[in-house]
Amino acid sequence: MKPFTYERASTPAEAAAMAAAKPASRFIAGGTNLLDLMKLQIETPQHLIDVNRLDLDRVEPTKDGGLRIGALVRNTDLAANKIVRRDYAVLSRALLAGASGQLRNKATTAGNLLQRTRCPYFYDTTKPCNKRKPGSGCAALGGINRGLAIMGTSEACIATHPSDMAVAMRLLDASVETVSADGATRAIPIADFHQLPGKTPHIETALRPGELITAVTLPAPIEGRHVYRKVRDRASYAFALISVAAIVGPKGQRFAFGGLAHKPWRVEAAEKLSGPDAITASVTLGAKTTPQNAFKIPLLRRTLGAVLAEA
Amino acid sequence: MQTTLKVNGKTERLDLDPRTTLLDALREHLHLTGTKKGCDHGQCGACTVIVEGKRINSCLTLAVMHDGDAIKTIEGLGTPGDLHPMQKAFVTHDGYQCGYCTPGQICSAVAVLDELKAGIPSHVSADLDKIAFSRDEIVERMSGNICRCGAYSNIFEAIADVAGEKA
Repeated sequence: MKPFTYERASTPAEAAAMAAAKPASRFIAGGTNLLDLMKLQIETPQHLIDVNRLDLDRVEPTKDGGLRIGALVRNTDLAANKIVRRDYAVLSRALLAGASGQLRNKATTAGNLLQRTRCPYFYDTTKPCNKRKPGSGCAALGGINRGLAIMGTSEACIATHPSDMAVAMRLLDASVETVSADGATRAIPIADFHQLPGKTPHIETALRPGELITAVTLPAPIEGRHVYRKVRDRASYAFALISVAAIVGPKGQRFAFGGLAHKPWRVEAAEKLSGPDAITASVTLGAKTTPQNAFKIPLLRRTLGAVLAEA
Repeated sequence: MQTTLKVNGKTERLDLDPRTTLLDALREHLHLTGTKKGCDHGQCGACTVIVEGKRINSCLTLAVMHDGDAIKTIEGLGTPGDLHPMQKAFVTHDGYQCGYCTPGQICSAVAVLDELKAGIPSHVSADLDKIAFSRDEIVERMSGNICRCGAYSNIFEAIADVAGEKA
């Protein structure tokens, strides 16, 4: 790791102010992704702001029947939370499909949203990557891209977002609450939080420099059968090739998908259609596949078929 | 940076470079070499320790982030003359070959049985509210600990033995 200085923040606004004062800084919570990338010198912050002692580790009901999840609630605790298990089972299921027990004990709700792609060329510092080094090119386009994105890609980047939790958050229409250095707060709808790569794949979220996530809020629960189905190369502790988050109930159906794009993928228009063929055709309209990852479309159709049969 | 860790019940005061991982603090500064460095990237589980009652990868966290925390390592679970039941079961069931992953496997296994008791669900739990011991549950929950000698079936038998279940 490159040398860095370290300090602990005691309030969210103080943390944001610390970050604003030092542009080459990063917040650290669980650290399971950031420290991994720092060891590889893919992330080289000069200053770390430890936010672990902030009072952001509670799950509380909101006035309008929803749930407010503190930014520091650990993945294990969120998946096991009684209200989440009962009313937002798809979120529990998505969390439990990700990582390992040790990592879920450490990883936080906010950090999970901010985890970076697992594209092999982002990790390989000997290869060009527009996300790691803007303007250097994309080695994945002509490289090993079996696991990479087919929707919303650009000439600059075909990376996927690796999170399972974020797919469930997108399905549930979550909202990301933040605080900035001047104390201003805002709520960003999850649909607008993660960005498509375009010409700036290094810009991954709507967060402004120094802005700190304080919570993720969920609207009132959605009645129906909650399903999270993840397809991967081994049965546990692997990233998704394809994942489907679904709620099928009396008021209709909704779907969100992982492994397809630079962000959790959702096509609301497809939710009015019937059957896996029509839904898949709508969800993957405009797909740009490579010979290696074209299998994701039929895999998505079959996975969706299995989900609909289960729901 | 001044950091206090409560390791296996003993208060340890260290002056650390902020880059020092918890794993390196344990091994290089406190000379507790039972905890192993495998991949150093959170993929293999050899570095698993129990912090404030929860198992984590000690390679993916900084020691300074754990100022004041209680840390249990393999050395704190048992001693050669007074083995922890999980250590004893690994010996009885031959739950290793080279032994390099074993401290991580044992720390993880002890925590897994606590997680089952606490009713924490897993990916293979059919019902999120009814958590019970099964082979599938253990296999899923232990997936963050790799054994390249392939002693998995014996590791499972050791864990089942401690849980009071039939392998």
